[in-house]
Amino acid sequence: MKRAVVFVLCLAALGLVLYPIVWLISASLTPVEDLVANLRSLFPGRITADGYAGALEGAGGESFWTFLGNSTIVASGAVIGNVVSCSLAAYAFARLRFRLSGPLFAFALVTIMLPAHVTLIPQYVVFQRLEMIDTFVPLILPKLLATDAFFVFLMVQFMRGIPHELDEAARIDGCGPIRTYRYVVLPLSRPAMVTTAIFTFIWTWNDFFSQLIYLSSTENYTIPMGLRLFIDQTSSSSYGPMFAMSVLSLVPIGLFFLAFQRFLVAGVATTGLKG
Amino acid sequence: MPYLFLGPWLLGAIGLTVAPMVVSLYLSFTDYDLFNEPQWVGLDNYAKLFGDDPRYLHSVGVTLRYVAWSVPSKLLLALAVALLLNALRGKGQAFFRSAFYAPSLLGASVGLALAWRAIFDTWVDTPDHALVTIVLLSAWQFGAPMVIFLAGLQQIPRDLFDAAAVDGAGWWRRLWSITLPMLSPVLFFNLVLETIHAFQAFTQAFVVSGGRGGPADSTLFYTLYLYERGFTEFRMGYASAMAWVLLVAIALITAVLFRTSRYWVFYGDER
Repeated sequence: MKRAVVFVLCLAALGLVLYPIVWLISASLTPVEDLVANLRSLFPGRITADGYAGALEGAGGESFWTFLGNSTIVASGAVIGNVVSCSLAAYAFARLRFRLSGPLFAFALVTIMLPAHVTLIPQYVVFQRLEMIDTFVPLILPKLLATDAFFVFLMVQFMRGIPHELDEAARIDGCGPIRTYRYVVLPLSRPAMVTTAIFTFIWTWNDFFSQLIYLSSTENYTIPMGLRLFIDQTSSSSYGPMFAMSVLSLVPIGLFFLAFQRFLVAGVATTGLKG
Repeated sequence: MPYLFLGPWLLGAIGLTVAPMVVSLYLSFTDYDLFNEPQWVGLDNYAKLFGDDPRYLHSVGVTLRYVAWSVPSKLLLALAVALLLNALRGKGQAFFRSAFYAPSLLGASVGLALAWRAIFDTWVDTPDHALVTIVLLSAWQFGAPMVIFLAGLQQIPRDLFDAAAVDGAGWWRRLWSITLPMLSPVLFFNLVLETIHAFQAFTQAFVVSGGRGGPADSTLFYTLYLYERGFTEFRMGYASAMAWVLLVAIALITAVLFRTSRYWVFYGDER
């Protein structure tokens, strides 16, 4: 095919891909009366920030900043948990020799494919007994215990590529496994750690299912849960704040994407991350 | 010493995966409402699922239809765009690749699903079309498999195409006889991954249907019904049985895909 034809086709596809995003941004800036009258105008005649004012007021009696703070706590906890716990496990699988290494790693790979639903209900029961429902513990604790085995796999793949001579040299210099992990393997694994951190952040930021199950009072709601309050509202007067809060909820993902797109795309291409 | 490093993972694997799996299998043979002790009922929950719960069977149908539509449409789109980008060399390729990948990150969010619901507001309210909007939302996120396809395309040795061109093979012929066979392991990988994920789709259906799987249960996904039974009615035994059926179904379908793979997936080192 001619390069020009290919380029035009790409531009057309780009238009289709961007349409919903542009639509959402334009709807968030459109006055409510216009939204009700003609919901589908991509380039609003009049522009208003009323939607954003309403979005910052929040929903269900809590301000947007509460939701933002809660989302930030949950996502940061998840990032720290995944990076620490997954890199520890990956180091053991990739660099240390022990008898059950093979079977345990195979088991870790199997758990990647496991639907969360088969573990969900007993987990819920346990957290309920411990009176931890409606706290962030059920959302963060699993990450501290490396239940996202996918990232263990990602880091193992990466750490296997680090030359073994470095471990040898460290050992001769008197480093045990702990210092070898801390001062040799960890610094060299930075790209895999960054990829893990970014994906964990974005997935946790977007996560809805576990937050829906574990968070019950509005003051503990994260942004997706705050947005959920709009789902039941049918009055069109809430359209403006709803669209504006949707845009605000996507801003961190957009920023992360712009900053780290190379890491993200490379991560998907080499490991088949779902994204 | 290795177990020092493995500690957190091992604790999670036993405490948050293996033990809960065993417990949920046990609960699936009980009546359990979270407040009273579980009552052993044998196979009652399973019998009820398949014999006495039309909404359950309906949710199975909705989910199968969703998988059957969303996975092929997403993969076809991903493949077509990857072929397009592969033909576009140079700077443009990296830009478009990133731009097309963005929906894979944004599409999983509640915010975008709300926008989707508003864009397709007339469709969302009709039982015949509501599922289509969710299929479209899934297809819109073709970026992740596309990136994987593109990486696969770039692995195909160029001299294969050169040799075919010398032999006079046209574009379609090269696509059919070189590109697709060489790409089949990647296609298989994407197919397995997307199928497993499609069975577990939840957020988009929840948001687009207003949390109820409506209108008229037309978007009552399996996971939505499981959520309803388990976490709004607190029928934990019943929901556990549903979870185990889902696990077995996904395992069976994955096994079938693996069995068929020997007929259509081509690995370069094969005799």
